[in-house]
Amino acid sequence: MTIAVLSGKGGTGKTTVSASLSAVVKPSQYVDCDVEEPNGYIFLKPDILHSIPVKVETPFVDDSICTGCGDCAEACQFNALAVVRNKVLVFPELCHHCGACYIACKFNALTPSERITGVIEMNEEKTFVQGKLNIGEPVAVPVVKKLKEYLKTDMPVILDCPPGASCTVVQALEDCDFCILVTEPTPFGLHDLKIAVSLVKKLGFPFGIVINKALENNSFIDDYCKEEKIEVLMEIPYSKEIAENYSDGILPVQSNEKWLRRFEQLYDKIKERAKK
Amino acid sequence: MKICITASGESNESKLDPRFGRCSYFVIVDLDINERTVIPNEASMTGGGAGVSSGQLMAEQGVEAIITGNVGPNAMNVLKAAGIDIYRGENKSVTENVNFFKSGKLKKITETVPSHFGMGNRR
Repeated sequence: MTIAVLSGKGGTGKTTVSASLSAVVKPSQYVDCDVEEPNGYIFLKPDILHSIPVKVETPFVDDSICTGCGDCAEACQFNALAVVRNKVLVFPELCHHCGACYIACKFNALTPSERITGVIEMNEEKTFVQGKLNIGEPVAVPVVKKLKEYLKTDMPVILDCPPGASCTVVQALEDCDFCILVTEPTPFGLHDLKIAVSLVKKLGFPFGIVINKALENNSFIDDYCKEEKIEVLMEIPYSKEIAENYSDGILPVQSNEKWLRRFEQLYDKIKERAKK
Repeated sequence: MKICITASGESNESKLDPRFGRCSYFVIVDLDINERTVIPNEASMTGGGAGVSSGQLMAEQGVEAIITGNVGPNAMNVLKAAGIDIYRGENKSVTENVNFFKSGKLKKITETVPSHFGMGNRR
């Protein structure tokens, strides 16, 4: 079973929820898909033993064959190629590796050349896996794609997804069995929650909501959930104790028995509601 | 000689748009025959590579000098390869900037701003 934890808005508590779940569910695999800023390692403290580069292919132009016709630049939907004064300029970091330029070139002047844009890291047992996008690289999808080659099938997998609802999130969610949407009772939290809800509905995944930094009255989020018939699976209170521990790299489940049980209950609910 | 002013609107009274890759309009003026062409910038809302496609457009239009505010690293590479000069315009109208250019009052830009500098303040 693969459980994806996403949020829309950043900073709502995806890592708190996903790392806590993986600390409670044993054995399980924690996969940090937030490759622009992976932070689960701070709490789960794995021994990283393996490091695998993420390679992508970007076009290399053979100037002795290229006529400067411009067909490649016209085919490129990402402006990664420009042709000026009959010379092709390649902007490798804008490339989305779709391969359209190789097909468009009538003279076979373009050949794929390898480039490393990130790294996959894991512990010995592969129960902790994280992706890291190299600094300055804008295209994260290949790192998430590569990361998902390492998903285990013999134990539950928990995916700590990137914030937002863009391509990287869609890539992370692919083939999951249940989505946990983490939100907070703020206008921004609700706004982005709605976007995340419409994404998981469109992709057809069963899902529920965890309200983090919850107040005594969360009518803000509760009203929306009631209206949309979305289940609130758990509430984590707005608590100084939890925040202080978090800042020391300690999860709620590691500091308080109560939270251990609450997260066990959360996992039981998910098992009942997930696809497999 | 063809020059291009990045503008916030279509008219001669429109102010300079200080973003090159993501400006609203390109106002191209042929100084020899005093003819004006306005091209809306399709790349202004593109996901990425606005500077590259705007630079490519300038090369295709045969522009020899650009009057703008800031140029990003990718656009700079395209414009350099195309041999197009870049001048820093003033926060004034298209007409005024053309006149400043003619009288040699504008300075050349050789330094870039960081990537995505013009992504805020979208239309």
